[in-house]
Amino acid sequence: MRVELSPTQREARAAFRRFAAERVVPEAGAWDRAGAVPREVIAALVERGWLGAPLPAEAGGGAMAAVTYGLLTEEIARGCSSLRSLLTVHDMVSQGLWRWGSRQLKAELFPALGRGERLAALALSEPEVGSDAAHVRTTARRDGDDWVLDGRKKWITFGRIADLFLVLAQAEGGPAAFAVPADAPGLERRPLDGVVGTRASMLAELHLDGCRVPAHHLVGRPGFGFSHVVTMVLDHGRYSVAWGSVGVCQACLDACLDYTAGREQFGVPLADHQLVRRELTDLIADTRAARLLCYRAGWLRETGDPASTGETLVAKYFASRAAVRAANAAVQLHGANGLSQHYPLERYLRDAKVLEIIEGSSQIQQITIPVWPPSDL
Amino acid sequence: MDDRKTRIRAFLGKFFRNREIGDGEDIFALGFVNSLLAVQLVAFLEKEFRIKVEDDDLDLDNFRSIERLDALVARKRGEGDAAGAAGARQAVGAGA
Repeated sequence: MRVELSPTQREARAAFRRFAAERVVPEAGAWDRAGAVPREVIAALVERGWLGAPLPAEAGGGAMAAVTYGLLTEEIARGCSSLRSLLTVHDMVSQGLWRWGSRQLKAELFPALGRGERLAALALSEPEVGSDAAHVRTTARRDGDDWVLDGRKKWITFGRIADLFLVLAQAEGGPAAFAVPADAPGLERRPLDGVVGTRASMLAELHLDGCRVPAHHLVGRPGFGFSHVVTMVLDHGRYSVAWGSVGVCQACLDACLDYTAGREQFGVPLADHQLVRRELTDLIADTRAARLLCYRAGWLRETGDPASTGETLVAKYFASRAAVRAANAAVQLHGANGLSQHYPLERYLRDAKVLEIIEGSSQIQQITIPVWPPSDL
Repeated sequence: MDDRKTRIRAFLGKFFRNREIGDGEDIFALGFVNSLLAVQLVAFLEKEFRIKVEDDDLDLDNFRSIERLDALVARKRGEGDAAGAAGARQAVGAGA
């Protein structure tokens, strides 16, 4: 058994890393403070085929294999978790629509979604509903040739600029998913400020008041909106967040290796102190372990193995917690500088905490993973 | 096809530990089916039997028992009736 990247994968990673170093890392702090990522960097992703990358070519996507896609996600996240979250939500929703949308709906939405020319977001959480996502309170009722949706959605990543939302609502027959264009009558979005992490992810709250969409905008069937559509979407989301967590771990490790080699205290570099080395060792081990779990999840996805869902749960669980540990240690090793906006560590820490909450909190993973078939893990 | 049912039973058996599932038994009524199993089941059917489960197939009756799952696969693979033949034309390789 050999676990190493192919030459093609290494070349792809080098291209992702160059882009991140030139276009993301230098700007991420400013985006964080401004609470938005600029259109120019999104356009740069689109130009390179990196939004919608995992979708098949016939959907306008890049048909990027799962491991390569993971490398893209890690490198973007090393620079900016907010920009990484754009890839997460757009790609997971676009894949869900391509997977379960009707032919008529897909003909309307693709290839623009697959190319990233239109942006998609997930409208699942509500003011009163988070982890218990199958029990959203937003309602959908059939009225002639339309579906009419009423309710509120909260914490919608890139909700301020998305062109299309995948909305989960309760319909007769059970939870149902709908493709709701941002300009649908009865839909209003309001910016949501004041969050501590991924501050540039342009959160919005959606108000659906008699919001109308045509009948063919139903995705899947009533009763399957959560169990099949949203669950499959979140499976991709967890894969993306797992890799994004590896990116945060690596960013923390890189920063700490540089800082502790260059800064002297008590007459020697910080890295010569044993307690500092212990922290660096944990950072190295956590980062490598998280990445290996992601490689395995990626490989199973590439081979279409059903066990990929369980492996992805484990990867997301471990990697997101490792990212919090890494960012916490990184702030500590940087001392007062770690708390300063002049260094990226405090942003890493704020962003890392988000990773442990989105796409299934650590507690949800803890009650899910042990009941998974042991043979699949 | 008995071999197919055996493979479906083996897959479901991983989730229904210590319990033999009858061909006609309603797996939803047993209370073990959650959303993660539901999507894994789709991935399993697609990879194992080289079919593509589509939005029109999302009907609980298609997934309710080993017998129904076997019938869904047969239909998608074009074994038997005309509707099945249409399914066979849509049959694709593994992967979602």
